Amino acid sequence: MTDAPVTTKKDWATDQEVRWCPGCGDYSILTAVQLLMPELGVRRENTVFVSGIGCAARFPYYMNTYGLHTVHGRSPAIATGLAMARKDLNVWVVGGDGDMLSIGANHLVHALRRNVNITILMFNNQIYGLTKGQYSPTSEQGKVTKSTPQGSLDQPFNAVSVALGAEATFVARTHDMDRAHMQEVFRRAHAHQGAAFVEIYQNCNVFNDGAFDAITKRDARPFMIIDLRHGEPVRFGAEGELGVVIEGGRARIAPVAEVGIEALAVHDEAAADPSAAFAMNRLASSVDVPTPMGVFRAVERPEYGASMDAQIVMAQARGGPGDLKELLHSLPTWRVG
Amino acid sequence: MTDTAERVHETVPETDRIVVRFAGDSGDGIQLTGDRFTSVSALFGNDLATLPEFPAEIRAPAGTLAGVSAFQIHVADHEVTTPGDAPTVLVAMNPAALRSELDLLVDAGTVIVNRDAFVARNLAKAGYEADPLADGTLDGYTVITAPMTELTKLACRDLGVKPRDAERSKNFFALGLVSWLYSRPTEPTLEWIETKFAGRDQVIAANRAAFAAGHAYGETAELSASRVSVGAAPLEPGTYTNVNGNTALSWGLIAASQQAGIPLFLGSYPITPASDVLHELSKHKNFGVRAFQAEDEIAAVGAALGASYGGHIGVTVTSGPGLALKSEMIGLAVSLELPLVVIDIQRGGPSTGLPTKTEAADLMLAMHGRHGEAPLPVLAARSPSDCFFVAIEAVRLAVEHRTPVIMLSDGYLANGSEPWRIPAVEDLSAISFAFTSEPNRIGPDGEPAFWPYQRDDRLVRPWAIPGTPGLMHRIGGIEKEDGRGNISYAPANHQKMVDIRAARVDAIADRVPEASVVGDSDARLAVVGWGSTWGAITSALKRLRGRGHQVAHVHLRHLNPLPRNLGALLGGFDRVIVPEMNTGQLARLLRAEYLIDARTVSKVAGQPFMAAELEGAIEEELGGLHRRDASLNGGGSR
Repeated sequence: MTDAPVTTKKDWATDQEVRWCPGCGDYSILTAVQLLMPELGVRRENTVFVSGIGCAARFPYYMNTYGLHTVHGRSPAIATGLAMARKDLNVWVVGGDGDMLSIGANHLVHALRRNVNITILMFNNQIYGLTKGQYSPTSEQGKVTKSTPQGSLDQPFNAVSVALGAEATFVARTHDMDRAHMQEVFRRAHAHQGAAFVEIYQNCNVFNDGAFDAITKRDARPFMIIDLRHGEPVRFGAEGELGVVIEGGRARIAPVAEVGIEALAVHDEAAADPSAAFAMNRLASSVDVPTPMGVFRAVERPEYGASMDAQIVMAQARGGPGDLKELLHSLPTWRVG
Repeated sequence: MTDTAERVHETVPETDRIVVRFAGDSGDGIQLTGDRFTSVSALFGNDLATLPEFPAEIRAPAGTLAGVSAFQIHVADHEVTTPGDAPTVLVAMNPAALRSELDLLVDAGTVIVNRDAFVARNLAKAGYEADPLADGTLDGYTVITAPMTELTKLACRDLGVKPRDAERSKNFFALGLVSWLYSRPTEPTLEWIETKFAGRDQVIAANRAAFAAGHAYGETAELSASRVSVGAAPLEPGTYTNVNGNTALSWGLIAASQQAGIPLFLGSYPITPASDVLHELSKHKNFGVRAFQAEDEIAAVGAALGASYGGHIGVTVTSGPGLALKSEMIGLAVSLELPLVVIDIQRGGPSTGLPTKTEAADLMLAMHGRHGEAPLPVLAARSPSDCFFVAIEAVRLAVEHRTPVIMLSDGYLANGSEPWRIPAVEDLSAISFAFTSEPNRIGPDGEPAFWPYQRDDRLVRPWAIPGTPGLMHRIGGIEKEDGRGNISYAPANHQKMVDIRAARVDAIADRVPEASVVGDSDARLAVVGWGSTWGAITSALKRLRGRGHQVAHVHLRHLNPLPRNLGALLGGFDRVIVPEMNTGQLARLLRAEYLIDARTVSKVAGQPFMAAELEGAIEEELGGLHRRDASLNGGGSR
């Protein structure tokens, strides 16, 4: 893809009026993606954005690439067929927490375990926006919304835990207030061979405003975002005074001065066993506690479409390319006349 | 053992047809036995049709009525189109099989039983209070009782096969005996055993020994009086093979992929009776077929649609419950105007219904089972081998007209088989289309632009696949402005788009062959059919014509759009009868479309029509016409 022409953000934007609410976190994600694309060295015509239904799912209309806006929850399945058919494409899947973790949760986990070559951006705003404010599968328990006037009863999903549990080979979290962080994570996700899952904490300023403020506000970030860096001890705080220790399969936060730097967990995104990544992510038990961000897991496993193609090549090497006449005569035959 | 097929012609009396029904426990290998008998009969040159019937349970309790598996085959020296109304021969491997199947047998038919299975325990399981072999139950039938289990064990004794294992070969004893009785060639079966069980020498030896013992039993037990032979049928010259509907359908999809020059992508979720298409296509990856077992029915059709968007032929195959689940995605394909082939191998419904039994009650679901106005072409196959051609036609319409197409088959066609004259690959018609590679407009800035919904004179939009420079565009399930393809909620535009979607499906009628009459075109009564009723209708009308009646037959392959001449054609008959394996779905469509008094002959019993049932129903209608004439003419006759 190095022969891609030089482009700018403008080349990746369409002439369509962006119709998200003013102030929506989706704008910053769109900008981050449009600014990143020229750096990825890919051609617009080889790039496809596939989406389901929801506010986030309008994303493809604003990218001057190929775009497919489909039905609620099914975008990972549609993208699976597309990515299997066309190894030459960069297939991105964009959706919200309702699209990906409620109506389409089944397709999400299967796309991840198969390791189809798609890059999934899940905008998590913990609310249903397009249907005007019902609780979502990531809303905190007890959330009061139009459909839950006495508070929601459901235990929420933690998206990163779901992805890790689904045997995803690439799992990351970022947020809409930090373009550089988003772009770095997106760049890594794009480069990953196989299914990449990125959860983006995204503010819905109309129906769930400030949901992530405790973590993502600029002045909160140093001690509320646990920045995951591969090969480094996990520490955070204005001076790096806090760290994460994993003991007995459980992660806990401790002052570095107390436990010593040697006691801190060293982040290994390439670990074959996702247990440490899972333990690390359990720190993100709600949106008002220090939350790990970055790449939790990035491991290599055969990509699904390529494996399917390899079977085709193997079948053709064994018996030659299919011969229709031979096929029609492959059961016992007899002559008449 | 020698191949006796030639020799017996001199000594064995000939008959024009036999209908053999093999029945036994679902673990007895009945389907395999039936398949073998079918195969040798086909190779011998008979015409034939088959009806496998098996329980939904993989292993229902042994020896019970619920566990009976059956396979019926109609073998003739002339053209046959049904598996036969009533068996002339019943092979019953245990008491349950005898009890559940005996009523089907013709009067004075032949019953062949495995005597060893008629022990107290099995009799009790089948609900027999006394031994039917001894209490007069079988009076009036020709009864052949053979100790199949014991003789099989005996035949295998010196082969080092354990008696328990040997017992499992008793179906080959039955096959050997039946092959002798009906003068079937033996070599193909012996060869088949070698190939099928290659590498398992003991199994080969046991099955061969059992088959030979069964074959010899006829001679030693002096059953010559029961022997008959059915001569070869005068089939059109050519090379033949015996196919079932699901195999023919799978091959049709591969053929269509070759004709179109683009790869085949099958998204499917296992479901009876459609899974064999997934199995068959999974075997043919050397044709570049991507056979994808999805996580569910929705993902199966979704992945197929995604592949179509990428320029492959996206196909999904399912049965009724799956089609219901796919509705929303098919609606998206209608809106996207992309090729997609959806195949429904119908079975008894509603809900789980009768998974292994046939029905054809999804016509309305195929026609209208989507929200909003979402028309699409609907096709139906009429016989197992017709599935090949209808699959090609489905792909052709989908690809050339950029539309989802629903093809209907059913459980009877899926598993039933018939001899098929293999078409020459060169004779298959081309599927012609081209991916769009150039802009089709000049934009306001004077630069070339691409409008994804700019249509040709057949109202077909361009198929511009990702990877094509300069044609990037965004489409989706939200209503689009015609031409430009941008999101549009404008009232007049939606009206226009709904009208266009209807008109572009209707335009397909220009290439649908006109409906034609088989039989007496000046008859007063026409039978209109679709799908697998073709065989039974054909057979029933042949009998009626043989008895001097005048009847016409119109069989529809294209159910949407209907042939342009159909209304006028049917309007010319005094009576229109529609036999259907539902409660009258096509009849309702014909009534709505043409305001004609189409009358339903319905059967929803999980089994195809028998020719005799239709013969009776049609004769009654003919009688009604005559009586009406008589009363109109004041008692005079016509």
